[in-house]
Amino acid sequence: MKASAGGYARAADVRHALDLLSASGGMGRILAGGQSLVAAMNMRLSEGDMLIDISRIAALAGVEEQGDRLRIGALTRHAAIGRDPLVRRHAPLLADAVAHIAHSAIRNRGTIGGALAHADPAAEFPACVLALDATMHLESLEGSRDVAADDFFQDVFETAIAEGEILTAVSMPRALPGERQVIREVARRSGDYALAGICLVRRGDTHRVSAFSVGPRPMLAPGAMAALDAGDIDAAVEALQGEIDPASDTQASADYRGHLAGVLLRRAVAGLQGEAE
Amino acid sequence: MTDVFRDRIDIALTVNGEPVEARVPAGQHLVDFLRGELGLTGAHASCEHGVCGACTVRVDGQAVRGCLMLAVQADRTEVWTVEGLSDSAAIRDLQDAFVARNALQCGFCTPGMLVSAQELLEADGVPSREEIREHLSGNYCRCTGYEAIVDAVETVARARAGKGAA
Repeated sequence: MKASAGGYARAADVRHALDLLSASGGMGRILAGGQSLVAAMNMRLSEGDMLIDISRIAALAGVEEQGDRLRIGALTRHAAIGRDPLVRRHAPLLADAVAHIAHSAIRNRGTIGGALAHADPAAEFPACVLALDATMHLESLEGSRDVAADDFFQDVFETAIAEGEILTAVSMPRALPGERQVIREVARRSGDYALAGICLVRRGDTHRVSAFSVGPRPMLAPGAMAALDAGDIDAAVEALQGEIDPASDTQASADYRGHLAGVLLRRAVAGLQGEAE
Repeated sequence: MTDVFRDRIDIALTVNGEPVEARVPAGQHLVDFLRGELGLTGAHASCEHGVCGACTVRVDGQAVRGCLMLAVQADRTEVWTVEGLSDSAAIRDLQDAFVARNALQCGFCTPGMLVSAQELLEADGVPSREEIREHLSGNYCRCTGYEAIVDAVETVARARAGKGAA
């Protein structure tokens, strides 16, 4: 269908965007790459939004090293993340995830901030930043605030972003020497949303596991992480399947999604070693 | 304060090399602007949620979905549609290869296929058939079964590489 918008304003900088958000009477909606928002508007899942276009705010795009962390601006596009040498070196999970996200034309426009703020439970980047123990950087007229990825994703399309706040960047610890980061997913066709997916990070002797498309939000799996720390893959799969909350829909049953999550965790563990899967 | 939000916005851009100025509704898709206001009906509005690729056009050198970008977001950009790419002969070899390999039947998907394929062909190196399939995975064709499309793109990739080396 055709999109329905209540109005449009282009923000010159973050402060201007925050002022517009404040003036929008609760109807403000941040428009960045638009690859999820415009689709939602087309399907009339969202109507009458006062669009605040932040896509020309150059300061919100780009990748930089900050001490032992990597900071990625909210407007950094998927395609840029996929070819950025700093991301490849310090957060390879994100670079690897890009190939799984939709199609080339969508990766040319979509932004990481948009993907995180949209918080689709089947999307790759939210699960990646959870596995990477990332921090979300939010700004409002009152000031700035940091939220750990663990606390950021709350429910289907729901995050910790409060009224009047904008997600401006995400940052994460730079990968340590020898650290391994792996993403595995199953989708029916290339570029489709995953039926199930797993992100696995091994840093020293500790593991972080997140799962996507198997619950109302990307989910950390602490039981599976503890079992992997102890070297017990079977126990990790069993714990994971108890920790996720998959739903049945036309794409896959809940049981099948749970089964896939276990298979994908085993593949991800094999991927840590570079073994044949 | 909400008067800062506009329901119609002035934009200025170039389309197929020509300057264009217009006033567009806030929610109008780029593809509907191109088709309805400029009469450029090569890009097709089809699924209207970013899945089928029939609306693919180039904005600032990159292939994008014309149904997932608002016309207002194309302000100050350079847009190329299949009409412009045809007139400039930039994709003549690709179009000839599509005809030679029967890479279309009804032709509905073809403008999007050409724009997407051209982006891949402009990248470095000669793509493998697997890479061509992956790149075109966001463009649906309900007639050909894709094999002939992959053939056509592969033929052009090799021909262009041969010319570049000569």
